[in-house]
Parts: sequence; structure tokens; C-alpha cells
Amino acid sequence: MRRVYLDNNATTPVLPEIFEAMRPYFADQFGNASSIHHYGQDTRAAVESARESVAALLRCRASEVVFTSGGTEADNLAIAGLTAPGDHIVTSAIEHHAVLHACKHQEEAGREVTCLPVDARGLVDPDDVKRALRPNTGLISIMMANNETGVLQLVEQIGAIAAEANILFHTDAVQAAGKVAIDVNKIRCHALSISGHKMHAPQGVGALYVKKGTRLQPLFYGGRHERQRRAGTENVPGIVGLGKAAEMAKAALDCGDTTKLSAMRDRLEHGILAQVEEVAINGGSAARVPNTTNLRFDHIEGESLVIALDLKGLAVSTGAACSSGAIEPSHVLVAMGLRSDQARSSIRFSLGKQTTDEDIDFALALVPETVARLRELSPRYTKPSVIARS
Amino acid sequence: MSGGVDSSAVAAMLRAEGHNLIGLTMQLWNQRRLAGHEGMPEQVTGRCCSLDDVYDARRVAQQIGIPYYVVNHEDRFERDVVRPFVEEYLSGRTPIPCSLCNNHLKFDQLLVVARQIGADRVATGHYARVGYDDARGRWLLKRPADTSKDQTYFLFGLTQEQLSRTLFPLGDMTKPQVRELAAKHGLAIAEKLDSQEICFVPGGDYKRFIDAYLAEQGESLPDTAGELVTTNGKVIGEHSGIHNFTVGQRKGLGVATGSPLYVIQISGAQKQVVVGGEEKLYSKSLRAKRVNLISVAELTEPMRVSVKIRHRHEPAPAIIEKSGDDEILATFDQPQRAITPGQAAVFYDEDVVVGGGWIT
Repeated sequence: MRRVYLDNNATTPVLPEIFEAMRPYFADQFGNASSIHHYGQDTRAAVESARESVAALLRCRASEVVFTSGGTEADNLAIAGLTAPGDHIVTSAIEHHAVLHACKHQEEAGREVTCLPVDARGLVDPDDVKRALRPNTGLISIMMANNETGVLQLVEQIGAIAAEANILFHTDAVQAAGKVAIDVNKIRCHALSISGHKMHAPQGVGALYVKKGTRLQPLFYGGRHERQRRAGTENVPGIVGLGKAAEMAKAALDCGDTTKLSAMRDRLEHGILAQVEEVAINGGSAARVPNTTNLRFDHIEGESLVIALDLKGLAVSTGAACSSGAIEPSHVLVAMGLRSDQARSSIRFSLGKQTTDEDIDFALALVPETVARLRELSPRYTKPSVIARS
Repeated sequence: MSGGVDSSAVAAMLRAEGHNLIGLTMQLWNQRRLAGHEGMPEQVTGRCCSLDDVYDARRVAQQIGIPYYVVNHEDRFERDVVRPFVEEYLSGRTPIPCSLCNNHLKFDQLLVVARQIGADRVATGHYARVGYDDARGRWLLKRPADTSKDQTYFLFGLTQEQLSRTLFPLGDMTKPQVRELAAKHGLAIAEKLDSQEICFVPGGDYKRFIDAYLAEQGESLPDTAGELVTTNGKVIGEHSGIHNFTVGQRKGLGVATGSPLYVIQISGAQKQVVVGGEEKLYSKSLRAKRVNLISVAELTEPMRVSVKIRHRHEPAPAIIEKSGDDEILATFDQPQRAITPGQAAVFYDEDVVVGGGWIT
């Protein structure tokens, strides 16, 4: 059976060039980057070279990059490490659970948390951020791009507010990295999270940018790795993969390569809207990353659509999988004002660098007929009747 | 697929027969939802919808090589099973959530999902038999070979459409045979214990569940305390709330009399619990509402059947007849003990399920 993968916001395949770059670091160049001998020097060079590539992507200094086990650790490190008990944290209702649950935990550990709403487009109003600030506000954490809708937040405006108020600003850029240009100086953030496997590097590696001079309390205690900001022997193959991915992403962004991705996404979106009735784009009226579209197919269970499409070879997703693997209505879509049943009827398609025009053709051939079958068998659906024109 | 022996064996069996199978588990209730509420356990394991069970079901699906998905029907389960369960108790009746789950979830919602994702039929690990009867021109539900595991009592609500799309592959097998089959297929769950209680009520303590659920919902337990009266109408004491009682109950009445007293009747409207001697527990007839007929399209004349009035009850000979709109009157040959409103009355003609309804 032909299989097409359009769930790249969940994870991406490691690209062949990235895999090749990593390959020597499993068995041949296996040294501990902290060792003083030849083996250690070899891997240390690879780690530092990767750090420079990540720094180039984010337009920061190499010394400001802390490698982590992924986006979740980077988010947790920022939220726990940049605040102290008694601090107030401002975040938003549409953050990834890595931020939301980390904030909730900090709330239980003596911080105060304000969770800002979003409008129907999925945008946090920067004025809301400003209004939420208190004398004890220690951190603002607002994401750069949303994982479910792809909507880009107004991080530069929020960064300006943070700078003016002299408050630390963290942004979760896991879904933005590699898809849009990132410049930490323009965002004026103090911390920014990225994840390897969302940009064609492997799972299990990520990074946190921490602005020079920003005090960061580590999550782990152990060796003096990562300038004492993240203890633990480096995941060298992963870091090398992230470095290569950053290098490739920067090259592609510099020459405007993402327009190909947005053209494919737009063709998918327009094609479905043209063929299927009662479809809406969630977050479609805001600026979005080029690879993501979140579509609401009224009168169906998104869960059934995802399963039906998977059985026909198309991998897409809906909401967030809970621990059992069942789907819960997306907190992001609910925060945008969708009813629970509307949130449940929404599906996310996310493209990757490996996505081809044929993949889009495949999806365009499959989705309309599958939606039609689901609606036909849905007790909730009555086909819209044709209204006679007078 | 619940992660238990029965549905796992069904999956392995149908797979071996070469069917094109999709494994589905229904996520119906978050077992941790009420954890921490007073009287509720902190940790719930080894129960329907627990993570361990989903893990087991997924492992079985992987082992036998079929696609597998968990479908979330928590909202529907709460609306159509949990809420009515609580409300029935608070109205002085004794509900059967398993039948509601079968009617509204397993053979309704799940069947819709199954058809939407391209399946023709749903197979489950219930002990029952289903088949088309040419002579009657109807789909029949029948008691299984292993009568000790008979689950037809909980399945009386299935419609012809639902039965026509249902497979019960365990209908001709005994439980030991099912375990043997699971073991033969190398399934790790072959020795897993049977589930016994209502899946969402830990430890079977429904009173604590109702308290915890209402507290979680921000609702207070309605005051259903009232009088304890005899069958002659004499007030002999007070009771703490009608949901604490069920017909036939003897313990916990809080009154001391010479002879043993039983709950004979619960009057929700008057908040009264009627008590009396054991002989008063027996009655000769019952009325069932919200009737579903299976082996016949309509009950046009009185019919001789056996009627089962609770899960652990040997069906008793009776005559059933239509007594009103969507209502059937069953008259027993011999008076039956503790006929309980809220339970189902299921009518059998030998091993064929004629139909059933809810005792009023």
C-alpha cells in the first residue's frame, strides 16, 4: 500500500544528508566529548561545530546554545530555570503542554501563572501581555508558532514589551525553527526552545538559546557540561544531526526555499476547500508557518477521519493524543473559541521537506471521498439541502 | 479490545481465520478522574480503560499483526451511562450501566465508527450467539454454550440492524477453551483475571462513587433522606437517603425489630423506603418499559416465556403481554423475589432472547 506522511508537526523523518552526518558518531567516533584524549577531542569538535550551526540559524552566539534532550526539556529548563518562587509567569492558553504543564507545576511550586486567551485567529494580543504584567512578573513565555494551527504569534511585539518592562521573555520556537527565519535579536527574547525531530534531525535532541548574562538554574545536577547549564554526557550523534539540520534549514531559508512548501500546502488547502462542503481553516486568517494547515470538517469525528485515512495510507493527526492514545479535543482550538465538537472535527495536515507534489495529489484524491463516507454514516449529519432560488 | 482474555482471543481467532481486522479500544472513562476525592483510591489499575489494559490490548494487536486504534468516547459514556447511573440511584432505582453501555456505546457509537473507517461488522468478546433465522426473517440473539458466562441479559437492547452487523465468536466456547486459545496464540493475557465489577466504580462502592462524582461536578448530593415505613404505612424510623438502598437489602436499615426486615420498595417521589418481612419481597408480576423486541417484531398476543430479572437470576416461567405504549406486563407462574425497578427484565424462549425492557 502507498503511504503518505503529512504529520510532520508530530515528527519528521531524518533526511539522508543528516543521517550520513550522524553516522560516524555512533561507532567510529564514539568518544565522550568531555574526554581529554583524541577520541574526546574528535567528538568535542563535532559538538562545537553543531553548536555554531544552531547559533547561525538563530542568529546568536554559539556560547548561548544549550543542548538538551528535546523541546520539552528546553521548555522546562527555561520555565523552571528562569524563575524563582514568588515570581509571576505570563503564558498563553495555546502553548504546547511542555510549557503549559511546566507552568502548572511551577504554580504548585510557588509561582503565580497568568494564562492569556487568544482571539478567533489564534493570536495572543500583545496588549494583553502588557496588561498582565505585575511587579513580580519574572517571565513571559509565548510560543513563536503554534503546533496545531501553525499560527505565528507577534513575538517581536511581545519581546519589545518584555524589554521595556525589563522582564525575561522565553519563546517556544519548536514549530518555527527551520520553517521561518528566526533572529533572537529581533525577537529580543532571553530564551528560545527548538527541537531536532521537528526539523529532520532525530528524536531526542533539542536546544535552548539562553541570552548571554541571563541567570539560569539547571534542571539536572551532575557534571559541568554545557557550561553548567545542563549536566549529562552529550548526545553526540543527536547533536551532530541537529547541527546539520540547522545548517540545511538556514541555507534553505536564506534562498527562500520555503515558498515551495507553502505552495504545496496552499494547493492542498484550496483543493480540499473546492471539493468538500462545510470546511473551514482554523487559524487561516493569521500569518502561519508554511507547512501547516488545520481544517475543520463539520459533522464528523476527526478521530474517525484520522483512522479511516490511516487505513488508506495517509497519516495526519487531530488534537493531542492522551496517554492511552485516545484523542482529546484540542485545547488550542477550544481556546480559539471552537465548540468541543468543532475542535473534535478538526484535522491537522503538516508537510515536510520530503513531501512531494504526488503526496498532495494522493491526499486530494483521498480526503474528499473519505469525508463524504464519514458524513454519510454519521448520525450527526444531514446533507445541506439545495435552496431553490426565487 | 478491552485488553482482557475474551476480546483478545476473538481478535486472534478471527485473524487466524483470515479476516481483515482492525483492533479498536474504546476509551470510556478516565480512571484517574476521581482519584483523590474522598473515599476514592489514588491509583486504579487492572480495570477497564486503565492504561494497563490499553497497553495489553495494543500488545495483542501488535502481536497478531493488525492495525489498532483507541477511540475516545468519554463524553458519550458520561452522558449516556455515568449520568443516568447516578440519577437512577438518586431516584431510588438500581441501574445496570453495562446494558446502557452496550446500547449506546459498544453497539451504537462503536458500530458507527467501525462503518466509517470501512469495517462491515463489529466482533466482541461477549458470551452470546447471534444468527439470522430464515423462518422468522429476523436476526436472533441466543444464549451461549457456556451458560455460566451468559451475557445476553446485558444485550437485550440490540436492534436488528445492530445484530446484523455483530459477531460474537465466543458463543460456542467455554471460558477455559477461550483461555486455552489465547495461550495457544502466545498471548500474554491468557491468564489475566476476569473483570467483575462495574468498570468505572472502583471496589464496587457505588455510594462513594456517587459522592465523588457529584463533588467533582460541583453539585451537592440531593437530600433524599426520609422516612422508613412499613408496608402498612407506619413510620418506624428515618433513613439517610434513598440511594443507599436497593430492593431486597436487609443490612443497614438502622432499625431493630423482632423479625428480619427487608427493603420492599423505594419511593423516589416521597423519599420513602418501605420495609417489611421477607414474604413481602415476592411479587407475581412486573411491568417493563422502553421495550426492545428481538425474535418477534411485535407482541400481538400473550406469549409464554422465561423472564430473567437480574444478572444472577434463573429465568422464571411467565406470560408476557403488551400492557401499554412501549410497555409489557410479565406475569410469573411463581412469585419472584425482589423485583427491582431500574433492572432489566429479559424474556427468553428456551435459549432465544425474545426481547426485554426496563423494570418500572
